[in-house]
Amino acid sequence: MSNDNGELDFNTDWTYSPAPESSEHVKIRDRYDLFIGGEFTAPESGKYFATVNPATEEQLAEVAEASSEDVDRAVRAARKAYEQHWSRLPAVTRGKYIYRIARVLQERAREFAVLESMDGGKPIRESRDVDIPLAAAHFFYYAGWADKVDYAFPGRKTRPVGVAGQIIPWNFPLLMAAWKIAPALACGNTVVLKPAETTPLTALLLAEIIREADLPPGVVNIVTGAGATGAAIVDHPDIDKIAFTGSTEVGRIIQKALAGSDRRYTLELGGKAANIIFEDAALDQAVEGIINGIFFNQGHVCCAGSRLLVQESVADDVLARLKDRMATLIVGDPLDKNTDIGAINSRAQLETINKYLEIGQQEGAAMYQASCAVPERGYWCRPTVFTGVSQSHRIVQEEIFGPVLAVQTFRTVDEAVAKANNTPYGLSGGIWTDKGAKIFKVSSQVRAGVVWANTFNKFDPGSPFGGYKESGVGREGGLHGLQPYLELA
Amino acid sequence: MANDEKLIARAGRQGEPAATSGVSQKPRKLAVASEPERVGVLKTYKLYIGGNFPRTESGRFFKIVDRKGEPLANMCRASRKDFREAVVAARAAFAGWSAASAYLRGQILYRVAEMLEGRKEQFVTELFALGATRPAAQGEVEEAIDRLVYFAGWCDKYQQVFSSVNPVSSSHFNFSMLEPTGVVVLVAPDKHPLLGLVANLAPAIAGGNTVVALASEQLPTAAVSFAEVLHSSDVPAGVVNLLSGYRQELLEHFAAHMDVNALVYCGSDPGQIQQVRTLAADNIKRVIVRGLSSWNDDDSRNPYFIADTQEVKTTWHPVGR
Amino acid sequence: MVFMSAAADQIVAFKLPDLSRVPRVDEVGVGERVKRFQSRSIKRESKLAALRMVLSMIDLTTLEGQDTPGKVRQLCAKAMRLHTALPDLPRVAAVCVYPTMVAVAREALADSGIHIASVATGFPSGMTSLQLKLEETRGAVAAGADEIDMVISRGAFLRGEYQRVFDEIVAVKEACGDAHLKVILETGELNTLDNVRRASVLAMHAGADFIKTSTGKVQPAATMEVTLVMLQAIRDYYLETGRMVGMKPAGGISKAKLAIHYLVMLRETLGRAWLSPDWFRFGASSLANDVLMQIVKQQTGAYQSSDYFSQD
Repeated sequence: MSNDNGELDFNTDWTYSPAPESSEHVKIRDRYDLFIGGEFTAPESGKYFATVNPATEEQLAEVAEASSEDVDRAVRAARKAYEQHWSRLPAVTRGKYIYRIARVLQERAREFAVLESMDGGKPIRESRDVDIPLAAAHFFYYAGWADKVDYAFPGRKTRPVGVAGQIIPWNFPLLMAAWKIAPALACGNTVVLKPAETTPLTALLLAEIIREADLPPGVVNIVTGAGATGAAIVDHPDIDKIAFTGSTEVGRIIQKALAGSDRRYTLELGGKAANIIFEDAALDQAVEGIINGIFFNQGHVCCAGSRLLVQESVADDVLARLKDRMATLIVGDPLDKNTDIGAINSRAQLETINKYLEIGQQEGAAMYQASCAVPERGYWCRPTVFTGVSQSHRIVQEEIFGPVLAVQTFRTVDEAVAKANNTPYGLSGGIWTDKGAKIFKVSSQVRAGVVWANTFNKFDPGSPFGGYKESGVGREGGLHGLQPYLELA
Repeated sequence: MANDEKLIARAGRQGEPAATSGVSQKPRKLAVASEPERVGVLKTYKLYIGGNFPRTESGRFFKIVDRKGEPLANMCRASRKDFREAVVAARAAFAGWSAASAYLRGQILYRVAEMLEGRKEQFVTELFALGATRPAAQGEVEEAIDRLVYFAGWCDKYQQVFSSVNPVSSSHFNFSMLEPTGVVVLVAPDKHPLLGLVANLAPAIAGGNTVVALASEQLPTAAVSFAEVLHSSDVPAGVVNLLSGYRQELLEHFAAHMDVNALVYCGSDPGQIQQVRTLAADNIKRVIVRGLSSWNDDDSRNPYFIADTQEVKTTWHPVGR
Repeated sequence: MVFMSAAADQIVAFKLPDLSRVPRVDEVGVGERVKRFQSRSIKRESKLAALRMVLSMIDLTTLEGQDTPGKVRQLCAKAMRLHTALPDLPRVAAVCVYPTMVAVAREALADSGIHIASVATGFPSGMTSLQLKLEETRGAVAAGADEIDMVISRGAFLRGEYQRVFDEIVAVKEACGDAHLKVILETGELNTLDNVRRASVLAMHAGADFIKTSTGKVQPAATMEVTLVMLQAIRDYYLETGRMVGMKPAGGISKAKLAIHYLVMLRETLGRAWLSPDWFRFGASSLANDVLMQIVKQQTGAYQSSDYFSQD
């Protein structure tokens, strides 16, 4: 057999049979309560809301909706734990508790991965290989810092901030919980954490682990709910520090809400990262970087490489390679081990993405979608690429938070840098070139907190993460991620 | 401070025209001798924007009186448009200044110290006129000089203290280093009008930021004169822009400006702090509040003052053949 | 030097391309892509189909100094009767032997349809004159080889004498006549993936019908990383010229699971047309039995013992 049309055909006779990860070992309860003071307790209002599997649209469980009274209970539990136990423990002992969490997470990794994929829609390949191992690694990394933090700040003595209120998003539910909880505890703080309303289950399973690890009651409190619950945390006067990951819009509201007090905050907000491909790049690896940049986690990534800037001399070549690569992406059942792109996290987010697909076309951009099949039920979006766009297009300016790539071309290095920086955001950026000197020049010119050179969307507990400009304030991860949770004296 | 305040009159009222001949550095006496006494040349205090010394575009002034209540100077009462121009100048200067080598920035800061040392008497005189005792004035100027030297020395060192090479588990070389936040607005303190400015300005520019500073409203002359030192010290135009004016009037424009990346507020007025923080949220501006009661100790003499207006950038590189 | 060849359907002008224009390769990125292929889970019908396909792509190989006609006859017998308990197995693609053993294999395989591949050109080092390389090639073809597996002059390549390496391949291709030419890059000696990609491009432009990773005599032999880079070079060459070139990883692929990962990589890099023994081969000696054991396991559900599979 041979090809005579000069194109590649990925519609092969040999395909991959379904390879679903078993969910038998995951026990999901019908109803989850709030985790306050080491116990699961019912919300005072008696209200519960549903969390659904976005791949099937079926309800997984009912979850308690925390009111401001419940938040107040959680804060009081955290304060009591802070003053009576946690801040008085030797740092080495705090570290040991955190190590325990890391270990139990590793032991129960499969269970967490399946639950994460069921509740949030992300492919099991990612929850298994990225989210859960990284979450465990975060606890492991910061556990070791607990009795060493003074060495991180030359000339200073450190002490904990107190009670931290932490609000996390739905795109990396357990991983974001780990990013928040691990450094807070290591530095001697206690926490009140609110997971996102569409993805609360792994945080609640984490609560069980924390109880198993025998942490003093109240050191970690987990309250579920939507925006009102988050607002109750932000507004609570006895919280010393707010850590928020989410949209720039909500970040702004939080910054304003905290303006009248000296409570500290860190914000990890939106992004619209440029992924810059120069003509001297390793093109096949660059294409892989584009794929990882925008289709990782359905594009529900604040640091996603959602703007592709490709040098004109290789633009056609790169796009052709990209389309061939997209032809092999598998969209579907998040629990199938071969799925590359899972379900969009919620109906609301799917509507947002679809709105942008409309806008992109209305503004005259050319839309290309991979021809893959998608299931009938559930929330799905095919990997999408817009070409023929410019800086003035909304799909270039605004964060879509979906598997949607806007492709622009440039001619010179300076033009690439100017376009990359022509945004209010500054979270991340990608640079692809085989020339080392150019990497250092351009990476220093891109105004963003994380720059991936010849790679994209890499994360590590030791690697600080956070934004310039409207992408946020403060860093999480690494040595620099300690500072938000410490007072320096 | 309380004593100082007694000696110093409040700034003049809004829109008050400059007195034509009421400005003096000495109490005036009638010359009775046959030889006429030399008439002093009085100083015009102006703004410092983009390396130029313009008057305020608004034409508005406010009056400063000396320790005896005698008129001392007419200060430009900078408007929002003056501020806007200053931000334009600071933004334009940012690319060059932030890319200047740490060594060069250190050299330039040291040069500023040298220039100030050479003009020490002028500043002592100005601070004295503003109500400081001579020893206090001398001490403040000397500490300001020393502070410049201190931060000149940090220019090529803070990066080594605050950067990190991060051992990631994949095959990547990963490092984090500091980069300047961008355009920083500095609301300088009233206490120690020269040292307070220098203590907050030096770390910001040592770190590669460009700055728009508002001098002490109460005691602005020495701070405004400091622009002359900067101007003669190889500091590129636009790296530091100095305004004089009414703090309360300008704050909202400072905090709301969408092309300002950070705001350093020196003071402790809760209303002003809340206002600044609220408006700053519109572009997620970094707000640094420094409510120190003194600028003459290690609370302000430390490299964390540089780190306050820095961003941490983390870069990943593959390690392969 | 420009050679003209009429061996293919159309006249092809062989000209060394500008190798500086060959896309660069980032080793870490290649490794990450390979991990992604390895994370594909191939189960049930998909696995059985893959195992059968692997079997059909094997060049059953013996390339030892101790090879004798008896050993080669045993190998040929195995090629024709892979596992008597499984009658409808696909047959392997070829047996691969030294030139002196081609005649033995020809006789043993008779009209089985199984191809005979012969290494040539001073295998494995290639450290001999062009004249001897050509004579050896012609001799192997005359003795009945359907396919010639030549080695490139790695020393010349590493010295940057690309034209010399290119001209040798063109000349050997000419000497092959109707026999297919597989060009062994010996990637373990090329050291970098950039070199692998450039050597691939060079070999294809010189007329290679297949490009092959390794002799099996140098470590590392075939790796998924090297093979991916070569597959991507084949893809680019095809998209540029319209000519398909085959791929043969050889050496170190002894487990069915690994072979299936190669198929996943092949499928997602080159697609439908290359999923065939005409365009993809495994150079291996012990892979076949592991594949057979896996096929029996798939059919019976029981894990197998090598005691039940003939070792020739």
